[in-house]
Amino acid sequence: MSDSKVNMVAPPEGVVGEGFFATKLNDVVGLARANSLWPLPFATSCCGIEFMATMASHYDLARFGSERVSFSPRQADMLLVMGTISKKMAPILRQVYEQMSEPRWVIAVGACASSGGIFDTYSVLQGIDKVIPVDVYVPGCPPRPEQIVDGVMKLQELVKTESVRRRSSPEYQELLASYNIK
Amino acid sequence: MALENTAIQEKLVSTFGDDVFNFQQERDIFSLEINANNNTAIILFLKNDPELRFHFLTDLCGIHYPENPADRQFAVIYHMHNWYENKRIRIKAFLNGENPEIKTLSTIFLTSNWMERETYDFFGINFIGHPQLKRILNMDEMISFPMRKEFPMEDGGRTDKDDRFFGRTVDNC
Amino acid sequence: MSELLLPPEHRYAKIIKEQLNEDGNELSILNLGPTHPATHGIFQNILLMDGERILDAEPTIGYIHRAFEKIAENRPFYQITPLTDRMNYCSSPINNMGWWMTLEKLLGIEVPKRAQYLRVIVMELARITDHLICNSILGVDTGAYTGFLYVFQFREKVYEIYEEICGARLTTNMGRIGGFERDWSPEAFRKLDIFLEEFPVAWKEFENLFERNRIFIDRTVNVGAISAEKAMAYGFTGPNLRAAGIDYDVRVAQPYSSYEDFDFKVPVGKSGDTYDRFCVRNAEVWESLSIIRQALDKMPEGNEYHAEVPDYYLPPKEDVYNNMESLIYHFKIVMGEVPVPVAEIYHPVEGGNGEIGFYLVTDGSRTPYRLHFRRPCFIYYQAYPEMIKGALLSDAIVILSSLNVIAGELDA
Repeated sequence: MSDSKVNMVAPPEGVVGEGFFATKLNDVVGLARANSLWPLPFATSCCGIEFMATMASHYDLARFGSERVSFSPRQADMLLVMGTISKKMAPILRQVYEQMSEPRWVIAVGACASSGGIFDTYSVLQGIDKVIPVDVYVPGCPPRPEQIVDGVMKLQELVKTESVRRRSSPEYQELLASYNIK
Repeated sequence: MALENTAIQEKLVSTFGDDVFNFQQERDIFSLEINANNNTAIILFLKNDPELRFHFLTDLCGIHYPENPADRQFAVIYHMHNWYENKRIRIKAFLNGENPEIKTLSTIFLTSNWMERETYDFFGINFIGHPQLKRILNMDEMISFPMRKEFPMEDGGRTDKDDRFFGRTVDNC
Repeated sequence: MSELLLPPEHRYAKIIKEQLNEDGNELSILNLGPTHPATHGIFQNILLMDGERILDAEPTIGYIHRAFEKIAENRPFYQITPLTDRMNYCSSPINNMGWWMTLEKLLGIEVPKRAQYLRVIVMELARITDHLICNSILGVDTGAYTGFLYVFQFREKVYEIYEEICGARLTTNMGRIGGFERDWSPEAFRKLDIFLEEFPVAWKEFENLFERNRIFIDRTVNVGAISAEKAMAYGFTGPNLRAAGIDYDVRVAQPYSSYEDFDFKVPVGKSGDTYDRFCVRNAEVWESLSIIRQALDKMPEGNEYHAEVPDYYLPPKEDVYNNMESLIYHFKIVMGEVPVPVAEIYHPVEGGNGEIGFYLVTDGSRTPYRLHFRRPCFIYYQAYPEMIKGALLSDAIVILSSLNVIAGELDA
């Protein structure tokens, strides 16, 4: 009898026998990916401060396998865009996205990243999905840390169920081509 | 002891004559208008005069008045502050609308460098003699001066705001 | 490599082609930012380097220019607070209150004493959180992550107090013309009491961890020093100026919201270096705590939380539905049919980083004719290239975080 509070991730569906466990490759890869998403915080403004709160002791995003905040795009899996992206910033965001290696996921945190938010002006990009594909949108101005955590959990669901072949599928190539990303 | 409005006014008028005018107490700040051609001399005087000592440039910004007569369409507003006497002063210089230009303060106050760049960026006011007068907040490629009243706030090229979804059609608006 | 980053006509490109350092080695160019993880915000600096030493820097800003001033010209007065929130988002209540006070000055409204004291409390809480972020992040940049994790939980406590007051955590949009939108709940005061009890203990520990820490002292003393004259010429205000030795504080020079009722010190430094900035901010946190305690002690009896100005203060919702007069006021305020005097107002408040000024020009309509924010970060960040000249690259990061430049306020 253990009083440990550590929650273990349940194994995927499969056949268990003595000394072996058989399941689908998709599920195993998804399980591993979903529980070790390394975030790349692309924090520009207010939402970045809430992300700091999310990473800090009270909310602790590390519980979801995101302990290592990867500031290098090359080693990151999950791009968290937090804050307003102006038109001056947009090419840089795109460059960062291009530097990430596949598989890569994007969360648009906050109203500004999702749609431009209250800044409906000449200088602000009206949502980052104009320049890069987005997987999860988190509403709020700024979202509470719980919402950011919820967004990450939603993304984990996506990652778990994603086929290992998706990234080489013609649909995905088409999606990237529509953003003019090579 | 405290620096009186009248003392400031007398000093300025006796030194600069007609270049300073329209003195008034606007709420809690004493304000005056200056001839834009002589701005550096007047501000330098305000800064260095041993009695006035307005040694701190608090703020610098522009305003666009498209309704005004042609020679008063733009204004540059300086807020200066004397910390010794705790006295603030507001100085306005009106510029013409065709070719707004005024001399730079960047040799007098280091801080005015970026404030002037910002004013140039927003209004297109040319600060003569500025060491690096180029856009600061907006992209270099931009051609409009966004804070002028004739430029809209929203981006004209945006596509996601379809008027039909807001009940506005060509017929009913 | 460097040539690839810069256009050939850039002045640095010419310099590295023509000049060598004293030892005959090549100079190099480094692009720091705009998404460098250590810069906490988006600032780009192109650095001309001799090995690890910075010879010259060229900053580029505007990466989150959001056109606050243009939006402000298109919004009714009471809808501008959300913009002020997002300027210095580390201490938004100060900006909110500053904006309401500007409007109150314009309209000539006298706010009741109790509401003023409540404002003082919330502004000082904001100052604490602002300094807390700055100092704990300075710790992170010098290699001490512990301090950040330790004190950040108290920032959550302050957020909980904000939530009790206005419902939001970070971008508070707090207050109305003439006071607050609702009275503070007993729960808010209870949480404030707990905060005042627990936070000083933690802050003392945080201070002890840093102030006599050999590594921290080595990293910060004599790093990024700026003289008082230079600081004034560059338009420094707030803690960064006080660290250089000048005791200018808007709360003292031009008291607003009854700051004259409280007894507090204005801490000043001596050399204006990173360590002094850290210590000034630390000391200011203690003063803020003392101001909050004084305000709680002196708090007038009763439950007045706004001025009686039905022309500008939205009536309670149930009255709007049940009371003709309230409905008329509500309609007039929302539709912007309340006359506003034609005037020019400048109102400064002491923000987390210095003098935040609101320069408001009205023409009698429901929106400002022109609203200019004096943003301290924008003004003092231009001294940054000069402050990092001759410093090491790692010092440049420390100097940036000790200046507490907030990107939202910098770019407006």
